[in-house]
Amino acid sequence: MRDFSVMTDHPILSVRGLSIARDGKALLGVDHLDLDGPGPTIILGPNGAGKSLLLRCLHGLITPDRGTVTQGGQTLTDQVRAGQAMVFQRPVLLRRSVAGNLDFVLRRRGLSRAARKTECEGLLAQGGLEDKARQSARSLSGGEAQRLAILRALACKPSVLFLDEPTSALDPQATQEIEQMVLRASDQGLRVVMVTHDIGQARRLARDVVMMHGGRVVEQGLAAQMFAAPENGMIRRFLSGGLMV
Amino acid sequence: MQDFTQEFTIALGLIFTGDPELWAIVLLSLKVSVWAVFIAALIGMPLGAGLAVGRFPGRRALIVLINALMGLPPVVVGLLVYLMLSRSGPFGVLQLLYTPTAMIIAQVVLVTPIIAALTRQVVETLAVEYDEQLRSLGVSRLSSVPVLLWDGRMALMTALLAGFGRAIAEVGAVIIVGGNINHVTRVMTTTIALETSKGNLALALALGAVLIALAVSVTGAVSVLSLRGERQGLGHA
Repeated sequence: MRDFSVMTDHPILSVRGLSIARDGKALLGVDHLDLDGPGPTIILGPNGAGKSLLLRCLHGLITPDRGTVTQGGQTLTDQVRAGQAMVFQRPVLLRRSVAGNLDFVLRRRGLSRAARKTECEGLLAQGGLEDKARQSARSLSGGEAQRLAILRALACKPSVLFLDEPTSALDPQATQEIEQMVLRASDQGLRVVMVTHDIGQARRLARDVVMMHGGRVVEQGLAAQMFAAPENGMIRRFLSGGLMV
Repeated sequence: MQDFTQEFTIALGLIFTGDPELWAIVLLSLKVSVWAVFIAALIGMPLGAGLAVGRFPGRRALIVLINALMGLPPVVVGLLVYLMLSRSGPFGVLQLLYTPTAMIIAQVVLVTPIIAALTRQVVETLAVEYDEQLRSLGVSRLSSVPVLLWDGRMALMTALLAGFGRAIAEVGAVIIVGGNINHVTRVMTTTIALETSKGNLALALALGAVLIALAVSVTGAVSVLSLRGERQGLGHA
C-alpha cells in the first residue's frame, strides 16, 4: 500500500469549493476539507447530512456541479481512482461464488492463476470465510456478505478505502467483526474514510472526525478532542444523544 | 372416433419404432432451430446488452423498435427473406432459397428481436444494481457487458428458451423460404400442416407429440436450472 504522507506534501484527500444541487436545492456545499494523517476518518452526521454524497464525490462516483477533489494533489483520474476502493451500505456481490467475487478483482489486477489462488486464500482467511469459498456469495448472511465486500475492496490493493455505513443493517456481533477488519486494515497503513451516523461506532473507530449537517461540514478535528469538547452547540447536542434536526 | 384412435396408435408406433422419415424431420427441425437460436443469441445478446448499458442518441427509439419487432408476423418475414434470396433478389446469387440455410436465416430474423429485447431487460435490471459497484472497481460501461451477461446467465437462459420456442414452432416463414421439400426442408411444423391437409393424421400426430415433448423438456430443463440457480443465489433478487 502506498503511504501518501511520505510520497507528497499534499493532503491525502482534498476538497475545494464542492457543491451539488438538485432542483434548486443545495445538497452538498463543502468549501474546504483536507483529510490527512493516518485515519481512520469518520464522517459523522444525521441522515440527509450529505455524508454519503461527499464520500461518492471523494471516490469519483459522482461528479459535482462545481469544485474539485484531489488525492495526494492529483485530480481523480482513472489511474488515481484505481488506488481507491469503496464498500457500500448494502453489499453488491456478483452472482458467483465467494472466491469468484475475489477472483474477479484479482483477475483485473492481472495476477497469474497461482498468485490469484494464494491471494484469494489469504483474503478468505483474513475475513474468516475460508470454509465458504465455493459457496454462492448471494447466500451469505448479512455480516458475511459485508465482510466479503470488504475483502473484495482490499483485493484491489487500494491506498484509500471508503466505507459507507457498512454496519447499518448488521447485528452487534457482525458489526464488531467489521469494525475489527477496518481497524486491522487501518493499522496496516490503509487510509480509511468511513461514513456513519452511529456515535458509538465513531467513538470506537475514529482518529479524526468530520461532522456534517445540511450538506455542510460543521466541524472537523481529532476525535478525542471533538468528543471531549465539541465547539458547536448542535454537535454537543448530537453527541449527547439529542436529535440533530 | 375409432379412426382417430387408430391414427394415434399408428403415430405411437412411428415414434417408438424409430421411423426413419419421422426422426429425419425431427432432426432437421432441431438442427435448423438450434442454429437459428445460436446465431440469434450471438447477435441479440450483445445488442440487448449494448442497449442496456449504452447511452447514445436514438437509444430509446431503438429499444421501442426492437420491442415492436418481437411481434413480427412470420409470413411477412418469410416473404422478405424470400425476396432477398430469390433469383432476382440481392442475395439470389448465393442460391440459398429452398435450403435449410434459408430457413435458418428466416428464424434468425424472427428470434433475434426476442433475445435482444429480453437480454436488454435482464441486463438493464442488473446494470442498475451493479452500477456503482462496478464503477467503483474501475469497470467501464463497455467492459461491464460480459460481467452483466455472465451474472444474468440464468435469466438469459429463459430468453434463449423463448427464442427456441418461437423458432421450433414457426411455420409461416420457413414454409415460404424452405418450400417444404421432402427430405430437404421439411420440418416438424410444415410437415404437420401438410400431412393434416392430406389426411395423413398419423405422421402429423406423431410429429405433434414429439414437438410437445420437446417443448415441455426444454421448459422443464430451464425451470430446473432456474430453481437451482435461485437456490444458489444466482437468480435475480
